[in-house]
Amino acid sequence: MTILADRPSPLEGDLALAHAHGPSGFLKWVTSTDHKVIGKNYTVTAVIFFLLAGCMAMLIRAQLATPDGTLLSQHTYNEMFTMHGSLMIYLFVGPVAFGGLANYIVPLQIGAPDMAFPRLNALSYWLYLGGGSLMMMGFLTTGSAADFGWVAYAPLSNSINTPGAGPDLWIVALILTGFSAIFTGVNLVSTIYYLRAPGMTMFRMPIFTWNMLVTGILILIAFPVFTSALVMLWCDRHLGAHIFEVQGGGVPVLWQDLFWFFGHPEVYILALPFFGIVTDVIAVFSRKPIFGYRGMVFATISIAALSTSVWAHHMFTTGVVLLPFFSLMSYLIAVPTGIKFFNWIGTMWRGSVKFDTPMLFCIGFLGTFLVGGVTGILLASPPIDFATHDTYFVVAHFHSVVMALVMGAFAGFFYWYPKMTGRMLREGLGKASFWFMFIGTNVTFDPQYLLGLKGYPRRVAEYAASDGFTTLNRISSAGSVLLFISVALFVVNLIVSWRSPVPAGDNPWDASSLEWATTSPPPHHNFLRLPPVRSQRPVWDQNHPEHRILEHDKPRVGGLLATPGGGAVLLDDLGVDGVDDGPGGGDR
Amino acid sequence: MGKRGVGKLRRIAQFSLLSAIALGLGGCSLPTFGGFRGATTQGQTEFKLWSWMTIAGLVVAIIVWGLILWAIIAYRRRDPNHIPKQFHSNVPIEVLYTVIPLIIVGVIFFYTFVAENKIDAIAPNPAARITVTGFQWGWSFSYQDSSGKQVALVETAQPKPPLLAASPFSSQYPRFDLPLGETTQITLVSHDVVHTFYVPAFNFGRMALPGHPNLFDFTPVQAGVFAGHCASYCGLYHSEMLFSVAVVTPAAFHTWLNSHSTSGAS
Repeated sequence: MTILADRPSPLEGDLALAHAHGPSGFLKWVTSTDHKVIGKNYTVTAVIFFLLAGCMAMLIRAQLATPDGTLLSQHTYNEMFTMHGSLMIYLFVGPVAFGGLANYIVPLQIGAPDMAFPRLNALSYWLYLGGGSLMMMGFLTTGSAADFGWVAYAPLSNSINTPGAGPDLWIVALILTGFSAIFTGVNLVSTIYYLRAPGMTMFRMPIFTWNMLVTGILILIAFPVFTSALVMLWCDRHLGAHIFEVQGGGVPVLWQDLFWFFGHPEVYILALPFFGIVTDVIAVFSRKPIFGYRGMVFATISIAALSTSVWAHHMFTTGVVLLPFFSLMSYLIAVPTGIKFFNWIGTMWRGSVKFDTPMLFCIGFLGTFLVGGVTGILLASPPIDFATHDTYFVVAHFHSVVMALVMGAFAGFFYWYPKMTGRMLREGLGKASFWFMFIGTNVTFDPQYLLGLKGYPRRVAEYAASDGFTTLNRISSAGSVLLFISVALFVVNLIVSWRSPVPAGDNPWDASSLEWATTSPPPHHNFLRLPPVRSQRPVWDQNHPEHRILEHDKPRVGGLLATPGGGAVLLDDLGVDGVDDGPGGGDR
Repeated sequence: MGKRGVGKLRRIAQFSLLSAIALGLGGCSLPTFGGFRGATTQGQTEFKLWSWMTIAGLVVAIIVWGLILWAIIAYRRRDPNHIPKQFHSNVPIEVLYTVIPLIIVGVIFFYTFVAENKIDAIAPNPAARITVTGFQWGWSFSYQDSSGKQVALVETAQPKPPLLAASPFSSQYPRFDLPLGETTQITLVSHDVVHTFYVPAFNFGRMALPGHPNLFDFTPVQAGVFAGHCASYCGLYHSEMLFSVAVVTPAAFHTWLNSHSTSGAS
């Protein structure tokens, strides 16, 4: 951590000057290597992809609202569900977390001035934007956008079954965003290992930062495999490589293995950031420290480790995988996930729970994720998977999971928006957004469990009136309208907060981690001064010196307690040599 | 969680366990929760596992939902200045909620393992053998004698169907027969891309892979006609890749087989 001693040491005046010299407006957006600008770029871009993918979902639901649906042709329907899934998974849920929120928040939470590799960070964003735009350009080709499903199973994804530029653009786009994710992973891991502020030991990091560290490591495990598999697929399509073709001695199932070896860790790359957000937000709005902090960290690490050995539970019905191994590994993930649930409950237990919008979204997350988790256990059982694989039961299961994550994203967004912009979002509109989303999620996706159990297969463009799927499909489509309203209210909220700002102040939620110690929005290099970091909650310790953590973390040195508010600090007790992290710390 | 919380937890657990046992003993028929009871012995094995695991899942979910609701209702902020006691761990309780899920996982894994072995078991001398081939966009069902010679054939008449959703029972889609109470062995392959041969009422689906035949048995225990679909997305007309399966008495099955061997064998 001595690396921090080399940090540029602007005085306040210099800092303002440095800020003023930077470009502004469009030029700032294009040239910046500041993690906050890149984080915002990522967030805005990801939200735009979210809105586009949401509109595609509305078209899908409109098509399925009636039997013999004729709104979309089969071909267009196939494009829609392929691009809906691709945009949501590859370009929204992941990037909004590890590219958007993490990019913005992680350096602030550990008291760093920026990410470890700011230029690499900018490259990540441009690769992501370039890749995402390429994928969308599929709609402009003479053939069509990719229409082989977001999983692109070989040999459906070869040049004979899905010829044309649209699928090629899809493949190349994902190679680009794959590199983007890998670079972000490198950046996150390096930043968290090397740029923590004095006193910010690993076990004092906020859980969000912990989860982003583990997410970064998972990205480095999973994305290179996927990116390589896409290169192989491209070679199959254009160079006759026959890696996934029976005719040339290749093995089609190899694609499924490679894809899901990425695909299941990817589920946790998507989920862990939001677990982190939920953990921190619940603690703040319960006015308590996180219950079982270390258990939480080890649960995160266990989930990540297990997630690399469960991929074939997506392939139970292939008949070519070792069922008992993959089902046991998948079941085992329930244990650390259960620990997290009980820790979340423990954090609220005997707390003082306040229902501001971020907290409401967290409670929505808990309720919805539990549905996804329990049905996930059922699907981890090969016999039950035989009965429900590739039906709407699976669709409902992963939408329960992903909608829970989306609620986690909204929790994070409402929680950190004041920090990012210096303005508050409106509580009334936010709460309305929450209720529409929570009810909408259940009305849309709960009937789909029943549809799946009745044998309604996924990815079909139409069904017959005599199949008995009509009523449940109609309820589901009605629910999707509620989800649409929820997101529309959110957009209105953004516009209202933009046109008539309500200033947020530095710490509107009485939160506890370091990002709340600086201004909203933070200055160019984030902190003018850092509070001392003595626990997991440096800002809380400063604001509530009489309510510091009890028992295990009782300060070993009386001198620390004698300086409530972090005044004079006994340097010898910090275990960090020669660094003054008192209130004047920023003047180093 | 203090002593009070643990006591509450225990009472809820006891109540849930009792209701689960009552459910199990109360009737010989398990609740379906919207699933099929299974028209084959293999499907029935799946159904029992499904029903019991869903009961267990519901019990766990209700306990956890209950705890969440209790936490947000009982500990809602009444006094804006109230700052609660800052406790942050309780090792015995944390160990408890690590060990109990591990035990539950052990139990469900055991029953899963037993069930999947039953479902995937292959009989040495099946009464009938069918090679099912998936292709874009249809199915062929080739009946074979014990030497592997084709004795009858049913297949999709119109591989590129009109854009019209019809029921799987419609005459434009193939229907194949299975003998009631006897074991039929199915060899499943694909001509082109990955398909899934899926019969919801049998609680069973298996992928048809190009280049790799999959083998499984059906032992139907319920007569009737059941819907079948392709469940893996396989291209443009995936929605139209339907079929149906009729379970008939062995005598009727042999009559049917003879009628198709003359017209269908090519």
